[in-house]
Amino acid sequence: MEKVYSHPKSLRNVSTHYCPGCGHSTAHRLIAEIIDELDIRERIIAIAPVGCAVVAYDYWDFDCSEAAHGRTLAVATAIKRLRPENIVFTYQGDGDLAAIGTNETIHAANRGENLTVVFINNAVYGMTGGQMAPTTLLGQKTATTPFGREARLQGYPLKISELLAQLEGVKYVERVSLQSPAEILKAKRAIKEAFKNQIYGVGFSLVEILSPCPTYWSKSPKESLDWICNVMSKEFPLGRIK
Amino acid sequence: MFLLAFCQRDFVTTRVFMNKRILITGNEAIAEGAIQAGCRFYAGYPITPQNELTAYMAQHMTGAGRVFIQAESELAAINMVFGAAAAGVRAMTSSSSPGISLKQEGISYIAGAELPAVIVNIMRGGPGLGNIMPSQSDYFQATRGGGHGDYHTLVFAPSSVQEAYDLMFLSFDLADKYRSPVIILGDGMLGQMMEPIITKNSKRKTQSYKKSWALTGCKGRRPNVVKSFYLKEGDLEDFNIKLQKKYKAIQQKEERCEKFFIDDAKIILVAYGSMARIAKQAVSKLREEGKKIGLIRPISLWPFPQEIFRRIASSPRCKTFLVIEMSYGQMVEDVRLALNCKAPVEFLGRGGGGIPNEKEIVEKVRSLLH
Repeated sequence: MEKVYSHPKSLRNVSTHYCPGCGHSTAHRLIAEIIDELDIRERIIAIAPVGCAVVAYDYWDFDCSEAAHGRTLAVATAIKRLRPENIVFTYQGDGDLAAIGTNETIHAANRGENLTVVFINNAVYGMTGGQMAPTTLLGQKTATTPFGREARLQGYPLKISELLAQLEGVKYVERVSLQSPAEILKAKRAIKEAFKNQIYGVGFSLVEILSPCPTYWSKSPKESLDWICNVMSKEFPLGRIK
Repeated sequence: MFLLAFCQRDFVTTRVFMNKRILITGNEAIAEGAIQAGCRFYAGYPITPQNELTAYMAQHMTGAGRVFIQAESELAAINMVFGAAAAGVRAMTSSSSPGISLKQEGISYIAGAELPAVIVNIMRGGPGLGNIMPSQSDYFQATRGGGHGDYHTLVFAPSSVQEAYDLMFLSFDLADKYRSPVIILGDGMLGQMMEPIITKNSKRKTQSYKKSWALTGCKGRRPNVVKSFYLKEGDLEDFNIKLQKKYKAIQQKEERCEKFFIDDAKIILVAYGSMARIAKQAVSKLREEGKKIGLIRPISLWPFPQEIFRRIASSPRCKTFLVIEMSYGQMVEDVRLALNCKAPVEFLGRGGGGIPNEKEIVEKVRSLLH
């Protein structure tokens, strides 16, 4: 009988530290599957963020670098410029990409660096204990917005993907979600496109993934998926942005 | 000439400049030295008084395999250097005092990930935005690590344009050898002034180090990871012990200084960088008058050249040391530590762009002789 599903070669066979229901494990696996399918594992150089996915290199089985919080795309820029034959991608959370690293993000995008960016938006800082992220929804309670995010005090959820799509250097932006098996398959197709773009030299490609954080949303894993579907994706509409 | 015009710019530089006597600014000499030493990546952000260095790199880092990027900030620049070093190439950035403060986070990460890199600080007056006059007030920041964590960087302080050029070869070699950041600590005076230098033969081989840890894609080997993060209990302590062993080895092998008339000197001046040139003038003037004055010029600021001070301190003839700085007293602490109270240490310093001049030094020495 033909074997149609197995553990991806690019994913180490180890248990992760992620909480039950967290989206990171799913996103890691999608990336590993895509890298296997495109047969680019030996060309990959990944840049792991600071945040919950800080030890992504313990789970992926290819070359990885860390980067200081937010400086992920600066590190990636240098590596890709020096080694254009390699496939370089960053994996960044909302704090890393859209708060402390906004400058690096906008300028790497504006330079049109031929990079692939996987952007995990879970509307909260997970690793540090559930503080407000730039993408936290209005009314959402976090450790630093105990009464809910209020526009008057904390501003609005930052739609960085829509912002980046305005830049000429940016070639592909899509927002996807991990809320259901069907959406996960769509997410995989989008991430694959972002990798293919780099292989074909198309340019800066970013996929934003709405990803559940049951722990700091104070929800069960099932409730978290429903919340993405019913609430979060209303603020951050799914689909191709550019 | 016709042929040359068709050659790439840095190729022209290589051919025309080799073993030639050229007139060049300190900033440009550092850039040219770096290129000849095999620097393949430069990222920088404009700040005075080091802008000629970045501009020179923009013009000459154009050959195959070389990358120049004007970064969006000093933070981005130093982290680009982190990435370039992780990819296994010789990488460098430069800035001046306020910009170097911004780079400290990145320098700490480079030290923590044991990556080789060269960082040039053409110091200006501080604190804060300060001014653009030459200064030596970043000595503490450079020699004590500067960023967070228990680490050191090698620090070299050139006092002439030629020495600035020459030290680039050594700096890239030692950065690779020890897998450590190396800082070139100059000041606005050194960066801006023009002096004739003799360039090196391009055939001179820079030492090459095998970088099996570099990120190149895991073809034919197990994956490499570049990181400074050690979460498991005990792992970070073990890593720090390893770093400390490395620093001990550096301290034993890499002390460098220039000695000028110290054998019979009653008063020994201690100064580095541009300041040492003025101090040297004062020594020459006083020697003409028959006064027994000498100078120690530390070239490596970290490791600080302790050996020479210890040797003098343990000799029967007790000497007085006069430390002269373009600051209100930073290196003087290292001199005191090296002498360990075995000889008197005096200090003369000015800051905020003020520079102790020859007359002030001579007067200070005369007051000590009386």
